[in-house]
Amino acid sequence: MSLTRTKSKQKVKQTRTPITWKEIKRQKVLLFWAGVMMIYGVIFYYLPLAGWTMAFQNYKPQLGILHSEFVGLQKFQMLFSDVTFLRVIRNTLAMGVINLVATFVTAIVFAILLNEIKSNGGKKTVQTISYLPHFLSWIIVTGILHDMLSGTGIVNEVLVNLHVLSQPINFFAHPGYFWPIVAFANVWKETGWNAIIYLAAITSIDPSLYEAAAIDGAGRWNKIKYVTLPGIKPTIVILLLMNVGNVLNAGFEIQYLLGNGLIQKFSQTIDIYVLKWGISQGDYAIGTAAGIFKSLVSIILIVLANQFAKHNGEEQLF
Amino acid sequence: MIDTKYKIKSKKNDIFPFINGIIMVLFVIVTLYPVLNTLAISLNDGTDALRGGIYLWPRKFTWKNYTTVLHKDNLITGAYITVARTLIGTLLSLAANAILAFIVSRKRFLFQREVSLFWVITMYVNGGMIPTFLLYKGLGLTNNFWVYVIPGMVSAFNMLVIRTYMNGIPDSLEESAQLDGAGYSTIFLKIYSPLCKPVYATVALFVAVGQWNSWFDAMLYNRMSSNLTTLQYELMKLLSSVTNQGTSAEAMKNAAGTVTPTSVRAAATIITMLPIICIYPFLQKYFVAGLTLGGVKE
Repeated sequence: MSLTRTKSKQKVKQTRTPITWKEIKRQKVLLFWAGVMMIYGVIFYYLPLAGWTMAFQNYKPQLGILHSEFVGLQKFQMLFSDVTFLRVIRNTLAMGVINLVATFVTAIVFAILLNEIKSNGGKKTVQTISYLPHFLSWIIVTGILHDMLSGTGIVNEVLVNLHVLSQPINFFAHPGYFWPIVAFANVWKETGWNAIIYLAAITSIDPSLYEAAAIDGAGRWNKIKYVTLPGIKPTIVILLLMNVGNVLNAGFEIQYLLGNGLIQKFSQTIDIYVLKWGISQGDYAIGTAAGIFKSLVSIILIVLANQFAKHNGEEQLF
Repeated sequence: MIDTKYKIKSKKNDIFPFINGIIMVLFVIVTLYPVLNTLAISLNDGTDALRGGIYLWPRKFTWKNYTTVLHKDNLITGAYITVARTLIGTLLSLAANAILAFIVSRKRFLFQREVSLFWVITMYVNGGMIPTFLLYKGLGLTNNFWVYVIPGMVSAFNMLVIRTYMNGIPDSLEESAQLDGAGYSTIFLKIYSPLCKPVYATVALFVAVGQWNSWFDAMLYNRMSSNLTTLQYELMKLLSSVTNQGTSAEAMKNAAGTVTPTSVRAAATIITMLPIICIYPFLQKYFVAGLTLGGVKE
């Protein structure tokens, strides 16, 4: 978020200070700390990238990266001929997209509805409560989900009492329920939190626009459609752009914690695959190859989304 | 068409606020019920709770679940480690991000563009789980407390949040301080940091919550060291013991009543979420401001 704005500002008025000994001496404190941080960054963020070579090798830990046999794209061929991996890509993409759409829509709708509440106290109370789930860990959220969806849980009880179900069902034994459960959990956890930014955007809309709309005879629905939504559109676009690249990152904790043998064909994601093959089975090359695939797709998605926004005259990330 | 026009004109019979109110009440119920239900179960006799039918109030009240939790050594260790990593991790991370943000927000800094780019790249490209795991192993960070603190210390996102805030502080402050002979260290510590308190609070909250809630690092890197376990990781183990045993879980008989894995987990869950629930409402204005910083176009 912050990135986009400052960058465009900088482009306009940045003039570089020429590098002279006097200037270097003057800035020695800054340079020293920037250097220290840089060393840290190289070790913890850039050095792991050197590990990508493992994906192109018949990697043996005792031989290391320097002496393992080079095998080209063989590991990637193995990866893409693995039915499990293809299924895992499908699951990751499907859950990523469903979650993205569900959390976006609910956050925007919630922000608009909350903004329509006239009582300030009520608004504040609802908002404070809405943040709560964001602060809970996935461990707690999945524990709660287990309780709510268990045979004696409230969901089964309500559904049975409403005669939607004749008897309680085990939600975690049916693969078909898994994606909706994950989507619901994400919505439950993040709606209030994600709405913060939309509420701020709505507040910054010029009130005279609403007055003008009212004079033109616009009702509540038309005001939302023609004033509020266009007003928060730049925010929506920026957040979408930022999140599109994360679609493949959207799947680890909850799937790992909620998945079980019965539904793993629908619950396993790329990260779980990497953990299973890379760490548990010790096949570093395959695990790394799967990780590289994920990174590449994410970067391609971000660039594509950015290009798309550019062509349509929208906000851009870079 | 006729229908909508009619609706617009009939302002007196506007039922929207009423429906909206109901939606909000439903939202609050769906948000709070699971938490309150967990609280009720944690205060209820374990075997009795297995019968179901506990909603917002315990049926057979007992503190037994909580005393059981407080007598579990691994949970106590987990609590100590979690508090330690949250305090140390937040302090170090805040200091590192603030220093970096200060550097890249200096307009005269010689390598402003290069240093910014160096960190922005880290937001989009990372080595992935396996290379990272091998690196930490090579650095001796496995079975080590510092794996909780050091690797995530500098985060480009948090750094950029602070930088955006610092960019809003007028340059004249820096210039006049320099005329008075102040160096960059003094300007950072005495002038910028006091002004940046709101954004520091925001970032500290983000980091602290992340530290408090993380469990994967404990499982991946410190699985073999039971003295380095964290609260969330212990909670996760409790959860899997519950789901594996299901309702046939063996209840532990006690003179004062019974506890089951489910009821103990409910108590542990409440203990784990309590500190955060107590703190976040007071920091609201900070994280709202921090999140909207730069994200909203005027």
